[in-house]
Amino acid sequence: MLEILSLKRTVNFLRHALPISIMSAILVLGSLVSLATKGINWGLDFTGGTVVEMEFSQPVDLNQLRSLYTAPELDGAVVQNFGSSRDVLVRLQVKEGIKSDVQVASVMSASKQVDAAVQQKRVEFVGPQVGQELAEQGGLAVLVALICILIYVSFRFEWRLALGSVAALAHDVIVTLGVFSVFQLEFDLTVLAGVLTVVGYSLNDTIVVFDRIRENFLKMRKSEPEEVVNVSITQTMSRTIITTGTTLVVVVALFLKGGTMIHGFATALLLGIFVGTYSSIYVASYLAIKLGICREHMMPVEVEKEGADQPSMMP
Amino acid sequence: MLNKYPMWKNLMVMLVISIGCFYAVPNLFGEDHAVQVVATRGAEVTASTQAKVDELLAGKGIAVKRSELENGQLLVRVQNADQQLLAKEVIAESLGDKFTVALNLAPATPEWLESMGGSPMKLGLDLRGGVHFLMEVDMGEAIRKMEEAKVADFRSQLREEKIRYAGIRNNAKGIEIKFRDAESLSSAERFLKSRSNDMVFTDVTAGEDYTLQAVMSETYLKQIKEEALQQNITTIRNRVNELGVAEPVVQRQGAERIIVELPGVQDTARAKEILGATASIEFHMVDDKADPNAAQSGRVSAGSEVYQRREGGQVVLKKEVMLTGDHITGAQPSFDQYSRPQVSINLDAKGGNIFSNVTKDNIGKPMATLFIEYKDSGERNADGSVKMQKIQEVISVATIQARLGRNFVITGLSHGEAQNLALLLRAGALIAPVSIVEERTIGPSLGAENIENGMQAMIWGMAVVLIFMLVYYRGFGLIANLALTANLVMVVGVMSMIPGAVLTLPGIAGMVLTVGMAVDGNVLIYERIREELRAGRSVQQAIHEGYGNAFSTIADANITTFLTALILFAVGTGAVKGFAVTLMIGIATSMFTAIVGTRSIVNAIWGGKRVKTLSI
Repeated sequence: MLEILSLKRTVNFLRHALPISIMSAILVLGSLVSLATKGINWGLDFTGGTVVEMEFSQPVDLNQLRSLYTAPELDGAVVQNFGSSRDVLVRLQVKEGIKSDVQVASVMSASKQVDAAVQQKRVEFVGPQVGQELAEQGGLAVLVALICILIYVSFRFEWRLALGSVAALAHDVIVTLGVFSVFQLEFDLTVLAGVLTVVGYSLNDTIVVFDRIRENFLKMRKSEPEEVVNVSITQTMSRTIITTGTTLVVVVALFLKGGTMIHGFATALLLGIFVGTYSSIYVASYLAIKLGICREHMMPVEVEKEGADQPSMMP
Repeated sequence: MLNKYPMWKNLMVMLVISIGCFYAVPNLFGEDHAVQVVATRGAEVTASTQAKVDELLAGKGIAVKRSELENGQLLVRVQNADQQLLAKEVIAESLGDKFTVALNLAPATPEWLESMGGSPMKLGLDLRGGVHFLMEVDMGEAIRKMEEAKVADFRSQLREEKIRYAGIRNNAKGIEIKFRDAESLSSAERFLKSRSNDMVFTDVTAGEDYTLQAVMSETYLKQIKEEALQQNITTIRNRVNELGVAEPVVQRQGAERIIVELPGVQDTARAKEILGATASIEFHMVDDKADPNAAQSGRVSAGSEVYQRREGGQVVLKKEVMLTGDHITGAQPSFDQYSRPQVSINLDAKGGNIFSNVTKDNIGKPMATLFIEYKDSGERNADGSVKMQKIQEVISVATIQARLGRNFVITGLSHGEAQNLALLLRAGALIAPVSIVEERTIGPSLGAENIENGMQAMIWGMAVVLIFMLVYYRGFGLIANLALTANLVMVVGVMSMIPGAVLTLPGIAGMVLTVGMAVDGNVLIYERIREELRAGRSVQQAIHEGYGNAFSTIADANITTFLTALILFAVGTGAVKGFAVTLMIGIATSMFTAIVGTRSIVNAIWGGKRVKTLSI
């Protein structure tokens, strides 16, 4: 049995809980401050506007390009490299009374002065009202997800644990958004999908730990809640390391190989997996203890063996 | 006896996995270059067309792989891209303009597999290139149109019933009917209420101003909006067919938006022109009693309105619409005996009846054809939506010579206009104008690049995970790897099976992510088994307890992830939806393969035997 990843003795995870949760609180506060002051660098999907992606036949000087985009309809254009030095992305704002076709044509004709062989790879136009609706829907989606989870977990476990897990999820979402805000990374639809996936992933992690906590509360009759939690986290630690590891590997593969269009998605997931893993221990479990979780709370949950009394469902 | 699966369970596992594999297989065959022939102008693609095309291509030395006639369209598969272009030219030239000939990529699934419902996954635009439009229907205009129809209705109904009214018009608040006295108001109210139960009538009389207000009921409004959307979808679908695009998507999104996806199209300007144009015609009687001098300054009676004539000048028409473009079933451009362009119109039975009655009653009187077009004005409203401009022009005024039936001609157009009008009328009129609120064009090379990137990520991620599992769990790791592979094949199989599922780039990301997360189920089980073994249980006991204890954890963890995927699916659009679909399918299949699938193998190898150690 190869067991390098399993822990032999129970580790007192909760000993570090206070300093770490203070750190978490600072992270959350910092994120909120950044979100309030710097805001989020909303991508095209949310703000509306036009994006043109071009491929030049050779590396191109962005400053030279910028100096050519002088037409009034291109005012405020953002020019940046996208993937390689030959790929250029131009973002244009919605302009009153100007069609996006005109903007695109203007960008292409100016770009042709630098390189006649320039290729238009992708053009996207999103009307501003569509973007705004999406932003509202996205925010709503995260909220609905959290509420659904709160209900499911309170039903399957206990409200203290449910509150702990939802607090951990909110923590993950806020910190992930905070990092996007601090570094002003572009937040588009795929990033939103990433954030929601983080919610799912982080919850997965939390549920595994909670499941063990519930089981151990019933097994270890005489133990203090802290000890039960420590034992549970220790027991599930090797699983946590392995699953987080394999997921990280594929997300890194997505980040490095998946191409620029899902870069944002991979970034959100990378962040979320780190934050989500430690929050299931130091936010979710710790908060449940602070809320006074103890053995009695676990007793009335008769549904615990729901899977077990249905042999036909069982593997 | 512990750890023995009944035969039916093993069979079920095998059956489910083989079904998954079976439907995944079509994805291995790739695509054929093909040419698609669709009939447009009253023509029909028949077996003789097929024979003609086959003969034609054989004559040119183009080898045809397979030619299929299905749902009134012909699909001819050829060997490569060069032959495809050549074939398209040859076919288009000989069939003439009654058919649309388009380049297509058809799945190269063998016939026997196809006949059993096997087809490859559909690729989203981000993977194959093309144009995506999100269009918004102007509901205000649809409602205004219906109100106008109601105004005409009320007028004729009150006249029939001999109830005197002072005026009927529609304004921002609804329809206003004015009366001279309270008595006619109350009898009109009673009468109209009994006739139209989809309107809500309120007496808003103030002083001597006897007024009845009619607004549409909530359900009626809803119905109008629904109908406007449905009608526009049908119309746009017809127009897309005129464009000759292979496998277009026209789909509603929400209450007033329509998604149009045109794979392979790069010429967005032409596509937009056809999709967005809302041309229609209406026939009105000319108000010959109107005083031309008063009309000059815009003073006309309440039932009439001044319109511009195309060749200049003005004409006063009655507001009441004799016939709308909705009843038109066919329209062909042609020339009259003086070689002036004209459009021959065919009406449906109902339209024919109406038209026949109208013309019978009005022989000798002038009738006008009003051409209505909505155009993107290039300006935007304060909320960012596109401002549409309504252009109304009288294109012809003709004296009705005789009773007209279901077929007649419209003159007074230029050659290009006759062509365009015929095309637009044939494709049906948009009941309300639409504007494009989102547009995405993906080049075909970028699509191919996206697939390549996704596959790369998948291969690297998968390789590392498989190697790790094998090294760390040895025998059981191998079983988990089998399950993981089966899982991936099943996701592909299910995606291919579901008709509406489309693989997008985020969808590939979802699959890659599933690979990473799918091992979780096995890891949970295996760690449990190890724990039980460490605690000194027998091998059989450990396997039994391991699977048993891990089950509820896996179920809880996956159900919650599934919930978030479901929410993503519900609120997401396009790409996000694609991601959510693969994630949901991945969760379901990975639970099956990780729990039931591996158990079946584990039982077969170790179950019910005297075993001292496990390869875990």
